[in-house]
Amino acid sequence: MTSTQLKTITPELETLGAEPYYQSVGDEIALFEAAAQKRLPVLLKGPTGCGKTRFVEYMAWKLKRPLVTVACHDDLTTADLVGRYLIVGDETVWLDGPLTAAVRAGAICYLDEIVEARKDTTVVIHPLADSRRALAVDKRGELIPAPPGFMLVISYNPGYQSVLKEIKPSTRQRFVALEFDYPNAEIEAQIVATEGGIDPPMAQKLVKLGELTRNLKGAGIDEGASTRLLVHAAQLIGAGMAPAVAGTAAVARALTDDPDMTQTLDDLVRAVF
Amino acid sequence: MAERKLFAHELEEILDAFLFASPSHRSIERLAEMLEGLPRHQQDFVLRVARGAAKTNTELGYLVATLAINALDRLDENAFHDWVIAGLDVFDKKGLRAAVETLRDIDGFLALRAGRLHASFADVEQRLARFVLGLSGRPLALKSGAYPWTDTETIYLPERLAHFATAEDNRRLYQGLAVQLWAQTRYGTFNVDLEDAIAAWPEPMERGQALTWLAHLEAVRLAACVARDLPGLGTLLGELRGAWPAEVSVALVDLQAEDADINDTLRWLDHFMVEGAVPPAPTFVGRLEPGIAARVRNERITRDTETLKKAIGALKGAAGKRHAPPNDFSAELNQETGEIEVRVDGEAVKLPDDARAAAQSLLQDLGQVPPEALTPAGDAPWMPDDRPKQGGETLCSGDSEIRYDEWDYHRNAYRRAWCHVFVTDVKPGEGSFVRETKTRYAPFIHQIKRRFEAVRGEDRILGRQPDGEEIDLDALVEAVNDRKSGAEPSARLFCRRVRNERSLAAMFMIDMSGSTKGWVNDAERESLVMLCEALEKLGDAYAIYGFSGWTRKRCDIYRIKSFTDAYDDAVRARIDGIEAKDYTRMGVAIRHLSKLLNDQPARHKLLVTLSDGRPDDFGDEYRGTYGVEDTRRALQEAREQGIRSYCITIDRQGADYLKHMMGPASYTVLDDVKKLPLKVADIYRKLTV
Repeated sequence: MTSTQLKTITPELETLGAEPYYQSVGDEIALFEAAAQKRLPVLLKGPTGCGKTRFVEYMAWKLKRPLVTVACHDDLTTADLVGRYLIVGDETVWLDGPLTAAVRAGAICYLDEIVEARKDTTVVIHPLADSRRALAVDKRGELIPAPPGFMLVISYNPGYQSVLKEIKPSTRQRFVALEFDYPNAEIEAQIVATEGGIDPPMAQKLVKLGELTRNLKGAGIDEGASTRLLVHAAQLIGAGMAPAVAGTAAVARALTDDPDMTQTLDDLVRAVF
Repeated sequence: MAERKLFAHELEEILDAFLFASPSHRSIERLAEMLEGLPRHQQDFVLRVARGAAKTNTELGYLVATLAINALDRLDENAFHDWVIAGLDVFDKKGLRAAVETLRDIDGFLALRAGRLHASFADVEQRLARFVLGLSGRPLALKSGAYPWTDTETIYLPERLAHFATAEDNRRLYQGLAVQLWAQTRYGTFNVDLEDAIAAWPEPMERGQALTWLAHLEAVRLAACVARDLPGLGTLLGELRGAWPAEVSVALVDLQAEDADINDTLRWLDHFMVEGAVPPAPTFVGRLEPGIAARVRNERITRDTETLKKAIGALKGAAGKRHAPPNDFSAELNQETGEIEVRVDGEAVKLPDDARAAAQSLLQDLGQVPPEALTPAGDAPWMPDDRPKQGGETLCSGDSEIRYDEWDYHRNAYRRAWCHVFVTDVKPGEGSFVRETKTRYAPFIHQIKRRFEAVRGEDRILGRQPDGEEIDLDALVEAVNDRKSGAEPSARLFCRRVRNERSLAAMFMIDMSGSTKGWVNDAERESLVMLCEALEKLGDAYAIYGFSGWTRKRCDIYRIKSFTDAYDDAVRARIDGIEAKDYTRMGVAIRHLSKLLNDQPARHKLLVTLSDGRPDDFGDEYRGTYGVEDTRRALQEAREQGIRSYCITIDRQGADYLKHMMGPASYTVLDDVKKLPLKVADIYRKLTV
């Protein structure tokens, strides 16, 4: 039986309907567009919750391409990306993995936190990220050339400094790198206000809280509050919670389990509200 | 069975044994007579506690014995013990005179103990330090002092606050004071020359009044600033202070205005001083030490300016190296974001983190970044070495920021923040020790590696899973057969790969004391080479640190390989560079290294010590039982944190203390140095299988 006779299931991919909210902070949109036009893969660097995923969603919408997002974890294997055989009744059926589906559809494939994935995934990522632009599906004996619309985007957080969690030079040197960071106070307040549906003065207070927690980075917590956390707090406030309660639940408790550090963060929440 | 009580001459003999060095020795006879009146169990108790105190200082031992009768009237044995410990703690921190006063003040001790209402600096220090760091973003140290004030780099707070009725309120008072003093550094109290401003009142009395007024008026202005930026803290300050004193009410509106600055405060200072008004008591406002603050502030500004200049110079220099010198170079402050923007040929360049911190610090001090700080310092690339060293050897003469408690078995209590830890790198060796060792032991290394490979966690394939990467053919054939024969087929037709994780982190603690000089040191280094080779195969997280030291004021920890370092040439050079240093104060090393170990995410944690004998330090204090007990205590603490410890000791004298110190089955004694390299890797393997 050859691969063409096999029953193959390919998930349907659609482009995003509504425009996702994204607040540009620099020239990242233009750079991404240029990379897309020249079919270059892109690497997004930056701390957690600073808008990397939202940015990719926004770009997929802007470029009118479907988006496949894979949250990488440490048991993510090549098969999870490429696809696998399934048994349905008496038949063996091939199910395309997210990466294969994205290649077939000419979509943007976004591998979030790529360093978490198992090392063997590089086997399929590398040929897609250089001039070959093709996906080898070993189990089917198939080589799928990527259509012009296909784009590979990976992200990683350089803040986690574990030896095991480093991205190899051979991988990173295939990508155009865009660096992300938390936006400055004014833009961040705008984002928090818009996303959380709260008034600007309250958003400014939340951003102030974020700033205070980021001062503690490395002094007990690994990362300060991300923009995402501040948005969560804003959404809780928007839903009628008291600001201090929202700040404690969405920011202070989310950042640490250490009792001493929790105390300090609670103190900071009280200081702001 | 109750024993007979001791007579004066017997007491005198016992007292004489541990008080002979006391200057008050001559009056021992009278002391013995006093103690003769006590029942035997109390005599024993007093002698025991006094002997413990005398180990710290004989004069204190004598004092405890003298005050004992008086104290036993009012304190039970537990309280008596705590009373002595409180006195010894004061001795550790402030010396004999203060300790004597504390011990004499039994009433004060009782009041504190009964109420437990006060808050002490030690209780709040850590929490406040983090809080202030969160507020300011630049390091502000906290120290205890006689009264609350700040020199702009350190906030001094009283040892103890008992102004309010409950401990919680007193802790809030600490926070409030810290916030006010932080606000002085943040909102520009020291941005003008205050000495100059109060020069009009040189008389001590007048000067004091002027400073108190200034503190009050600034407190009004700063509280308003704080309330604007951090409303929660504004409320806190308001609650602590209550209403402003009536005297300052005329100035309130003016000083609370959003654009008020220190100059407005000074105007009001003139107003009040000219009127000759007496200032209110400075309970909540802290004091001002303008002279010291100005000096510290100026030093910092110079330092920050230098750092910034050099960093900008380096950016310009680096740009110049790549191409021709930059045609267009600019560095300016973006007023909106408060960030320095450096542009080289129109391209934005990022400043290094420490330069950004320096710029932020300058902004806080001056409200702007002085133009000279933005002119690059020469074209030479900036080397990190130009910076004043913030750690390492320059610090060693002073106090260290990292301190650990130490267990004093005489007192049956901890000595707080007793040991000062300095962490430095081992100076890399230049020889070829590692290469030679690898050659010499090549067959052994090969053997060990193979044994270790057998232990390494391999992937396993689990069959008959409901989901997985591959089809399990056996299961599939069975299922098809089942179906054909009418039985219900199993749905578990896949196989899945799972990882066998060891999840183990190991810390190796290497004795670098003077006694290891020679053979032992060589053996230690050889062991490390073999261990590293083997561990690389195994893939466990491991770190290697050396320790040595010279008294509690200088406990050195030497980094050889941290958990994040790879086993590379730098690590190999550091292994080569391990040399015999000073003494072996083990407890503090265990405390520091188990803290590092604890930060590792691994499920199992192992602390392995390589040493050549019992703990020891300069002077008699740590030698003998004290050191063993402290080490034992430190190991217990580690165990409570889930760390398993193991000790490999080369001690030809037979190590009788080890069983007590380490616990059974937690140590190996080698009588021959030469065995060490071959043993260590093997022991590790056995421990971790």
